[in-house]
Amino acid sequence: MANDFGLNVTMASGETINLKIQFGGGAELLFGNIRSHEVSIPAIAAATPSGSKQADRPSDITFLIQWMKDNMLKEREGLFVEGETVRPGILVLINDTDWELEGEGDYILQPKDEIVFISTLHGG
Amino acid sequence: MPPRTCQFCQNARAIIRRPKTGDHVCKECFFNVFETEVHNTIQEAKLFKPGDRVAIGASGGKDSTVLAHVMKTLNERYDYGLNLFLLSIDEGITGYRDDSLETVKRNQQQYDLPLKILSYKELYGWTMDAIVEQVGRKNNCTFCGVFRRQALDRGAASLNVDHIVTGHNADDIAETVLMNIMRGDIARLGRCTLICTQGEDTIRRSKPLKYAYEKEIVMYAYFKKLDYFSTECIYSPDAYRGHARSFLKSLEVARPSVIIDIIRSGEAFEVAQEVVIKEQRKCSRCGYIASNELCKACTLLEGLERGIPKLGIRDGKRKKIEIEATEPDGPLRTIPMFKLPSVMENSQAARTETTAPS
Ligand SMILES: [Zn+2]
Ligand SMILES: [Zn+2]
Repeated sequence: MANDFGLNVTMASGETINLKIQFGGGAELLFGNIRSHEVSIPAIAAATPSGSKQADRPSDITFLIQWMKDNMLKEREGLFVEGETVRPGILVLINDTDWELEGEGDYILQPKDEIVFISTLHGG
Repeated sequence: MPPRTCQFCQNARAIIRRPKTGDHVCKECFFNVFETEVHNTIQEAKLFKPGDRVAIGASGGKDSTVLAHVMKTLNERYDYGLNLFLLSIDEGITGYRDDSLETVKRNQQQYDLPLKILSYKELYGWTMDAIVEQVGRKNNCTFCGVFRRQALDRGAASLNVDHIVTGHNADDIAETVLMNIMRGDIARLGRCTLICTQGEDTIRRSKPLKYAYEKEIVMYAYFKKLDYFSTECIYSPDAYRGHARSFLKSLEVARPSVIIDIIRSGEAFEVAQEVVIKEQRKCSRCGYIASNELCKACTLLEGLERGIPKLGIRDGKRKKIEIEATEPDGPLRTIPMFKLPSVMENSQAARTETTAPS
């Protein structure tokens, strides 16, 4: 399912990376109740608000989370982000692998990566 | 970062870091270790014996969906010899339970298990939607909790099963331990970590996923592509549990073993004094287990029917709102008489025979 989130967002450099983002377990409820998104994000990251990571680094998951918060998140942002990462209880998979095996926020995004966010916080 | 290899088979690519152990495991080894651990939990607690009739409390959510899948798998793999049923309660919450029941109906097809759905409406004459309309959003969870508990037992009795398994996972139990500590509820602290609870006249309830981490349950459902429904109940912002949950999840990030550690702590607590448990008797109106003249559900239902929904609700500082039970003027809706499943009557008879008088 395509949508219009940030399709033309580019930075001055113009370089972008295309990614597929999927939501599950109720996380989609925070993103307009759409499970599958194709996005195009800047290839070069901005600095994190706290300055913990600098600008001009290749885009990583930390930047993606920040970018999603600014460009995609529809409601109740505290249910998705906490500080500069996802809220505890949200699982992240990078190309179907637990992000804890891939360096979590430091993982450097590659074109066509598929990133899945699953909430464990919704009813069982 | 080069792909990591599974620490179990030393062959396939690892896809999950197990929160309990930190092991890096491939998909097949993960399925295997997850299922085997549930099997070991079941065996160590001797939860079942061949021929048992067991109802899986199914909500359509992740935990009960994984439980149904794993119970069905283990029953076949290890020849437990169980007759399994799916049992769902329809609280009558538009846009929540009606959707999740559709998931349960698909699960019934997928797992080929008989399904029983019992609704609050048919049992009590009230849906949760109607209850909320009358009582508002403050005490509605009390109604729902009391009504669900009794509905599950009645559904189980109608399936003639004497054992209900529920999808409570390790995170749920750790959360409950924390909440009971924070409330100083010692009686419950001892009970809440038990894998199986059974009173004299109650249907057994067990939690086979007691040691299964929520993360692994969700990952299992994801990689098995299980069909489950996830949303929050529209009426239940259980704020207190929500805080306990967030706290626990934050702890888990720092130290993943914390969930099991809290459960172990709960198990290790010894209650110094015997906790006085009120003697159980039968509700004079519906025959269900009660500690007073009327069971909780009958009291709550009478309040609803008479338009005084505070009847039977504990009100913070005051002990309990007691309203003199006057005879109702008109016919009052009551709950049908409860009968224990016949399998239990037999086993009770057997127990009486084998218990020598002291
Ligand atoms: Zn393996
Ligand atoms: Zn009763």
